[in-house]
Amino acid sequence: MKLLAIDTSGDTCSAALLLDGGVEQLLETAPRQHGERILPMMQALLDGAGLLLTDLNALAFGRGPGSFTGVRIATAVIQGAAFGAGLPVVPVSTLGALAQGQFRRGGQRRLLTALNARMDEVYWGCFEIGEHDLAVAQGEERVCPPERIAIPAGAGWYGVGPGWSAYDLTLQTQVGDALDGANPAAFCEARDIAVLAAADFTAGRHLPPELATPVYLRDQVTR
Amino acid sequence: MRVLGIETSCDETGIAIYDGEQGLLAHAVYTQVAIHAEYGGVVPELASRDHVRKTLPLIRQVLDEAGLPPASIDGVAFTAGPGLIGALLVGAALGRSLAWAWGVPAIGVHHMEGHLLAPLIESPAPAFPFVALLVSGGHTQLVDVAGVGRYRILGESLDDAAGEAFDKTAKILDLPYPGGPELARLAERGDPQRFRFPRPMTDRPGLDFSFSGLKTFALNTVRTELPLAADPVQTRADIARAFEEAVVDTLVIKCRRALRETGHRRLILAGGVSANRRLRERMDSAIAAEGGETYYPRPMFCTDNGAMIAYAGWQRLRAGQSEPLAFKPRARWPLEALPPLCASAAG
Repeated sequence: MKLLAIDTSGDTCSAALLLDGGVEQLLETAPRQHGERILPMMQALLDGAGLLLTDLNALAFGRGPGSFTGVRIATAVIQGAAFGAGLPVVPVSTLGALAQGQFRRGGQRRLLTALNARMDEVYWGCFEIGEHDLAVAQGEERVCPPERIAIPAGAGWYGVGPGWSAYDLTLQTQVGDALDGANPAAFCEARDIAVLAAADFTAGRHLPPELATPVYLRDQVTR
Repeated sequence: MRVLGIETSCDETGIAIYDGEQGLLAHAVYTQVAIHAEYGGVVPELASRDHVRKTLPLIRQVLDEAGLPPASIDGVAFTAGPGLIGALLVGAALGRSLAWAWGVPAIGVHHMEGHLLAPLIESPAPAFPFVALLVSGGHTQLVDVAGVGRYRILGESLDDAAGEAFDKTAKILDLPYPGGPELARLAERGDPQRFRFPRPMTDRPGLDFSFSGLKTFALNTVRTELPLAADPVQTRADIARAFEEAVVDTLVIKCRRALRETGHRRLILAGGVSANRRLRERMDSAIAAEGGETYYPRPMFCTDNGAMIAYAGWQRLRAGQSEPLAFKPRARWPLEALPPLCASAAG
């Protein structure tokens, strides 16, 4: 399995090359400079492994939610590269990647992910680490005020993502005793997208490049 | 050399393939007009969302229609500005990564350079030097064009672009979005003698324009005349005609002046407003009377399109220019900041 994944949905810009289980990642904090950084990072990873784009099985990207413009940059870069190289595409949830990343760092298996959606709202998703140690969504991802988040049953949930620092008290109050702790400093990384994408690809969940489109969650963009 | 062109700077997705020996091989434009109509103007976020859905399917369609394998493309050109930054980023990201995957060079094209070179796709093409009038919803500029990349702005609008004045006046006349072409249609039934609008900035030297006053004049005329009108339908047509005559007259006067000042004989018109039939008639006869010649792109290439980007990109790529892997489109980008072509290679 050879797969290249990218994320440009937030302030960081990252690319990761997954080769038969091992993952090599490049990551930079580059707000508003994703267009300048992402292709050179992808090229550097391929060069480092002595691979050509056409040697890969698939390309993956953080399909959102996140910065509208950032998510579109990743989408368009992957669409172009995949079409040009004749590869299939695996879109991956940035919230799912946040959950997967927290499991990688801290081992927590029940994760409440939150991104700051501004306008007094969060992008919200609940995940459990299932068999094969992969994040599995529990219910639909949504955008909503932090007072109206859906909380799954049970205890031992762990908060992850910058939405937890933006709406700290509200989210803690909502989850109450079911919350074990939170890591608001976490952000989406391409290495976690790569891990989730590899499983999806193996299971046949991949798309031709023109069908790989962003998921914004917020669809009301005009007043 | 064969170049794929991608245009996504505003509310049109345009794709085309230009070949240095065979000319234009294929092109397609998808317009978002219906998406923005209910808002009465382009909503940038909706424009970006639509570009990312439509650009790659349109590329595939154009390649299929031309029967061209991707391996036959030698370069990719994408609009890198000026325009809506979110919309530009879609075309730039897709175009740059596609060129990377194909292993061919890429070039970011200035949207207005695309427009002003568009008449060169046609036959007969104007020879350099010429004066270009770029006249659209976003721009009204007179440019002295000595060659590709050798541009000097002679004058431009100090406020509204001519096309913008058309659209705003159309709104005042309750015409549906986008109003410019609707206003021109209504004006055909109007009496040119009934009202007289001013010809802004023609009573003084210089080649700059100002069109915002015409829109105000139209508003005042509507307010005073329409309530008293025995035939309001005809009165609206008469106002539309008077407005159109004023814009056309002003553009003709300034173009004639620009040719005299530069000493050039050829005038090219480009941009959406250059599709206006009345403007073409009046400009042709006025310039011919001076012993000059007028050139236009076909009406389809007056508005935003991929063909002009493929062509301008081909000009620069064959001269050896290209972009690194980094892409950075610009919402603002002065035309005069463009580099001239130095080297020249065979097509």
